Amino acid sequence: MTDFSKKLDPALVAKRYASERRFRAYGAVALAISVLFLVYLIVDIAVKAWPSFFEHHIVLKVELDPARIDPAQVQKGDFNGIIKDGLRAAFPNVTTRADSKKLMAQLSTGTGDDLRILTVANPAMIGTTVNASALLSDDADLYFKGMHAPTLKTPGQTNLQIAKDGENYLFTGDLSQLVAGQIVRANGGAFRITSMEPGGAKAEVLLTPDTLNSLVAGNWDILSFAAIEVDRRIDDRAVVLLEAMRDKGIVEKHFSWRFFSSGDSREPELAGLRGAITGSLLTVVMTLLLSLPLGIAAAIYLEEFAPKNNWTQFIEVNINNLAAVPSIIFGLLGLAVFIGFFGLPRSVPLVGGLVLALLVLPTIIIASRAALNAVPPSIKEAALGVGASHLQAIFHHVLPLAVPGILTGTILGVARALGETAPLLMIGMVAFIVDVPNGFRDAATVLPVQIYLWSDLPEIAFQSRTAAAIIVLLVVLFCLNAIAIYLRKRFERRW
Amino acid sequence: MTAWTLLIIAGLTVSGFLVGRMRAQGLRNAAAGALHSMPSYHGLLLASMGFGASAIATLAVSLSAGSQSIVMPAAAAILGTAAIAGVYPLITPKFRARNIFEQIVKMVLLASSGIAIVTTIGIVFSVLLETLVFFGEISPIEFLFGTHWAPTATPASFGILPLLAGTLLITFIAIVVAGPLGLFSAIYMAEYADRKTRGMLKPLLEILAGVPTVVLGFFAALTVAPLIRRSGEALGLSVASESALAAGLVMGMMIVPLISSLADDIINSVPQSLRDGSYALGATKSETIKRVVLPAALPGIVSAFMLAISRAVGETMIVVMAAGLAANLSINPLAAVTTITVQIATLLVGDQEFDSAKTLSAFALGFVLFCFTLVLNYIALRTVQKYREQYD
Repeated sequence: MTDFSKKLDPALVAKRYASERRFRAYGAVALAISVLFLVYLIVDIAVKAWPSFFEHHIVLKVELDPARIDPAQVQKGDFNGIIKDGLRAAFPNVTTRADSKKLMAQLSTGTGDDLRILTVANPAMIGTTVNASALLSDDADLYFKGMHAPTLKTPGQTNLQIAKDGENYLFTGDLSQLVAGQIVRANGGAFRITSMEPGGAKAEVLLTPDTLNSLVAGNWDILSFAAIEVDRRIDDRAVVLLEAMRDKGIVEKHFSWRFFSSGDSREPELAGLRGAITGSLLTVVMTLLLSLPLGIAAAIYLEEFAPKNNWTQFIEVNINNLAAVPSIIFGLLGLAVFIGFFGLPRSVPLVGGLVLALLVLPTIIIASRAALNAVPPSIKEAALGVGASHLQAIFHHVLPLAVPGILTGTILGVARALGETAPLLMIGMVAFIVDVPNGFRDAATVLPVQIYLWSDLPEIAFQSRTAAAIIVLLVVLFCLNAIAIYLRKRFERRW
Repeated sequence: MTAWTLLIIAGLTVSGFLVGRMRAQGLRNAAAGALHSMPSYHGLLLASMGFGASAIATLAVSLSAGSQSIVMPAAAAILGTAAIAGVYPLITPKFRARNIFEQIVKMVLLASSGIAIVTTIGIVFSVLLETLVFFGEISPIEFLFGTHWAPTATPASFGILPLLAGTLLITFIAIVVAGPLGLFSAIYMAEYADRKTRGMLKPLLEILAGVPTVVLGFFAALTVAPLIRRSGEALGLSVASESALAAGLVMGMMIVPLISSLADDIINSVPQSLRDGSYALGATKSETIKRVVLPAALPGIVSAFMLAISRAVGETMIVVMAAGLAANLSINPLAAVTTITVQIATLLVGDQEFDSAKTLSAFALGFVLFCFTLVLNYIALRTVQKYREQYD
């Protein structure tokens, strides 16, 4: 017999309590890791995405020359050319062909689009001179967002003389601030120091100066860089031009409505989500049209009518297994059956919706069955008792009470369909499509596939666009989940 | 033509309802309320007749003549009208419209529940047929036991072992991450957390579960992989930029909510009496969990892990974006490996013709994947079900 009167060993008790605390801590740590991962994921992507919601423009005085815009066909006017002329006029110092090309390269290839839209809406503008907002290229945009290697500006604190030295220039005077590789900006021009020599600092011109006046402390400055020119996405000449734009005060930052209103593009600054969002919408509508009625009907049958036999058992096992089949397999099914056998077109929301409907059907059936099962049998029995037929009892009394649960399950299914990528890759919804789809049979892509496509592109600007597209997708999904949680809380009934 | 056809089907359905109800109402007024079924049931019966006949006609024509043919709306209109006209004279006061209509509805419900089976059959056949064609060109022995995978090279070789090794390596990493995290999360939520904490943490885990895998893939490729590479280089290790570790880690985080929610359910279904018995013997809470609750929940937890493995094996986007394309037969988590799903995706993206061995091999890979996950899922689901019955 154990002697229970013996006192407990305090060391053993302490050890057991310590083990208890440790065990509890493991659980807390495990949960903390998951939550931290989620927070890190969202913050990391949000930080990457933030700049993409803005874009930089320059404001230029341009003349809407009737010779370049046919009033009968305003849409076809040469607005890019008009903007370029405006930019040339704003930079009279830029004279050589190469420099002029560099200047024009700072504009987006779609820089005239905003002006075109404005002029089409208001043709009276033709022939007048207006302030036009011109979109900058992705690299210029990233420069102003500070996403390239930083440029340091140091005010000139010494007095210098400048003289022409053959093709190049020579700085003399107090050279203590100058280092080879820096850019000196003075007299409306810019010079790059090529070498420091006993006789002075040799420099080549990047932007032709207005005059060759002496440099007095305070009226010139130095641009220096953290990285050498070959390691930067944007070279010295471009930096000089962009800094000149900034100094003129013509650079403006706007919210990028374009990101939501335009289709896909090869140019990061022009690429938008409208095509992908429309495609997602069409696909999800198709998915819902098919899977909701089928899912509810199947759930009603299985829950209310199915006899308990092997066939019913087989259907149930099938549904549960289908819910766990990898989504890419549904893509193979879609490719082989809908495209290969039925000959439906590739890349269309119709096929995407069909595949996703099969994919979310098990989810909706399982959720609907649970919702139907939660309605107490007394309700159905009461209806049967006053003479309703079985179907009347179900459709008039049980189903309406199960609707919130069914809706919750359906919303979660839709959220899953909205985020699904792999099966849509199989059926060819990965094409580069500029046009916004107009119907179920137009080639389209969807948001998650757009994310996948953009993430594959080499341009740095697309990385940020990808992150921004992810944020849009996540916001939509969180809203759907929030609605589902609200419905569950609001209509949840304990019988 | 599709729009016209849909319009005709909708029109026939609505007019069938109106016509049927009107006739029944007329009869009721004449025969002073001695109808077997409510007038609206007569309407519904005619509507379902019109809808069914025209829809069947549409499907038949579009499959045989294509959806552009003018025959399609014509056939829908003629057959639908004929069906309505055929049933219309049957409407008499004694006509059992409700019973017939309810029988039709029951058939529709039964047919809907069969969709799941049709889908399974569709998957098996579509994948199996292409796989058989593939095995006509490449012997199954070479496919299943070959150690070299190069479907685009000439001569192409289709040995699945490197893909299998890569898939299992990444799955292993994912389970090593997700297993303890998911299990301990579940234990904490089920046994320690109070209602308020639970109410706060559960939605967070649900959000994590709802993050699309393409997002996790982006995160793995752009944030986790460089992080691992930098820390590896700091330790003097050579890390591939598309290492198995990055994909595995992120995939593990994807699976945590799956394991934790399944394990949570299972731990909750262990009867309280078992715990009470253990407490009565003087055990602490953690001792009770370790020696009583977990052993009792073991079958369920094992099946949760099996479902998690099946999910990891079939996951596509994370590995497509974060793992490599090179088929290396390696168990080094810092090397680049490729997986079955990555190969299916790369082989089938873009234009493809159905008769090349390259395309067909994707279906063979899909078949292997389907069989593997099916077996895992089936065993796991059966175990969970049996387990539930045991304690219910």
